[in-house]
Amino acid sequence: MTESASTPLIELRGITKVFGTGAAAFQALRGVDLDIHEREFVAVMGASGSGKSTMMNILGCLDTPTSGSYRFRGFNVERLDQDERALLRRRYLGFVFQGFNLLARTTALENVELPLVYRGDTAVKRRERAMAALDQVGLAPWHDHTPGELSGGQQQRVAIARAIVTEPQVLLADEPTGNLDSERSVEIMELLSGLNRDRGMTVLMVTHEPDMAAFASTIVKFRDGQIASREAR
Amino acid sequence: MDLRMLGTTFLLALREIRRHVLRSFLTTLGIIIGVAAVVTMVTLGNAATRSVEQSISNLGANLLTVRPGQGFGRGGGSFAPPFGLDDVATVRQQIGGVLHVAPQTSAAVIAVHEAQNWSTTVAGTTNDYFASSSLELESGRLFTEEEESAGKSVCVIGATITTNLFKQLDPLGRSLRLRDISCVVVGVLKKRGQAGFGPDQDDQVVMPIKAVMRRLTGRQDVGSFQVAVDKRFETKNVSAAITALLRERRNVAPGTDDNFNIFDAKQLSDTLAGTTRTMTTLLGAVAAVSLLVGGIGIMNIMLVSVTERTREIGIRLAIGALRREVLLQFLVEAITLSCLGGLIGLLVAFAATMGLAPLMRMSFEFDGSINLIAFGFSAAIGVVFGYFPARRAASMNPIDALRHE
Repeated sequence: MTESASTPLIELRGITKVFGTGAAAFQALRGVDLDIHEREFVAVMGASGSGKSTMMNILGCLDTPTSGSYRFRGFNVERLDQDERALLRRRYLGFVFQGFNLLARTTALENVELPLVYRGDTAVKRRERAMAALDQVGLAPWHDHTPGELSGGQQQRVAIARAIVTEPQVLLADEPTGNLDSERSVEIMELLSGLNRDRGMTVLMVTHEPDMAAFASTIVKFRDGQIASREAR
Repeated sequence: MDLRMLGTTFLLALREIRRHVLRSFLTTLGIIIGVAAVVTMVTLGNAATRSVEQSISNLGANLLTVRPGQGFGRGGGSFAPPFGLDDVATVRQQIGGVLHVAPQTSAAVIAVHEAQNWSTTVAGTTNDYFASSSLELESGRLFTEEEESAGKSVCVIGATITTNLFKQLDPLGRSLRLRDISCVVVGVLKKRGQAGFGPDQDDQVVMPIKAVMRRLTGRQDVGSFQVAVDKRFETKNVSAAITALLRERRNVAPGTDDNFNIFDAKQLSDTLAGTTRTMTTLLGAVAAVSLLVGGIGIMNIMLVSVTERTREIGIRLAIGALRREVLLQFLVEAITLSCLGGLIGLLVAFAATMGLAPLMRMSFEFDGSINLIAFGFSAAIGVVFGYFPARRAASMNPIDALRHE
């Protein structure tokens, strides 16, 4: 079964998103159609305000579209309620943010354990799996350091460990290298490519930088709330 | 939501509290003070009630004292005839539930032994008096039947008399002089100490009533008499029966006031205990208000904490926490804080009552129920005042929360 022949993992049809009402209404997305297949590494590019962040929030089930349909693994996400979307995020999605968003004054290990807490794993199992995830990003020796004691690149790697500790199907990264220098950025990108290549994780990444987008297998460009181009590499 | 989740949430709450030790302590200070105040007030108040009851029961809890005349402090316009020994005998015979009836007639005297003299009171009574007042012998004996009926000049003396008149000597068998009569000491009473009310029972010379009547007062009337009531009977009912009997014997016309009065130590005890109990409730209520203020303090800090941790809430929601899990987390944190405060408050109250009770000359007694109630109250405060901030946290939009600076 080839990628193009299989049912897409993510299927967007005619997605629109309007913020505000009346005269102040702002249309962030104007009819987006997009298919993303399993094991794809998609980089989403575009200028600020082009709708790519809104797009990522909808893909991450953090936000709902104003109209259109979003099917994830065949489920109609737009029909799910808040708790159902939370359960979907918990089960299938991992998030990496530009600002790392780690809990301050909390050790790397505890940060990585956090998603497992909500899955109801035992303390022993949480620790074991979190250590394994930290080991994957090469930070096992730093497990008892708090974010304040780690460099930016290390913090982002902790965040990636937190995102992958539940072995999600899709990793959503919103400008993961936005706060890092180029050397650290490359390290992070290599980590993401590795996860995509070796673990079969589908990666969706928003980025400004063409150098970073170059790691992806597909580049989707946004302009004025619509997809301007989609090119496979 | 299973138990393990609850346990994990509780551990997370403890971790959060440990991360902000000072702030957590200051937050719970209101609860600590409130719980400590409530428990201390109520415990000390109860101890005060007990000590009032105790000091009155020293007087004789089931004791009625019958005197001629109308009540305390009321001289009574009309003449109140005194009682006689026949009144005492009739009460003893006709009233049910009476253990002892002790007539009493007293006179102020100067007691002399050799070169020592001591101003004191002679109480003329019968052996019933020792039983009704629960006075015990230190040495010697009580009166014999013959001594009582013949009005022999013998006496039983209190500890104060022994000390002041006889010094180191053994008073038994020695005689002391009261006015112009001489009287042989046959018994010495145990020291009792001030009862708090009434005369000092250590400072008296007790003689058979007939001896006092004949040789000291020269009158046949009985100043007053004590009635010891069987514990199985209500002093109130016995008192009413005595009243009815005496009204009849003394020809008091229906509708007019009694020309005698009955003092019921039990009633006084109940009244005083009731008053201290009211004070206890009042103080406890005032202290409870501070507990409420403590709860508002918790709510305040929890609201600050929710705002401060907006991003954290966003992260938790993004990685798949359900709203009710976020709500539970903050609720458990508030409850943990208030329960910790409650526990510390109980310890403070325990230390305070242990320290204060001896200073206030009261016996300390641990009261489980008020401790339990106060602790339960502090937990309830955590629920009530933690709910609003927790709901605020749970209702956040994950996207906005993540963007929060």
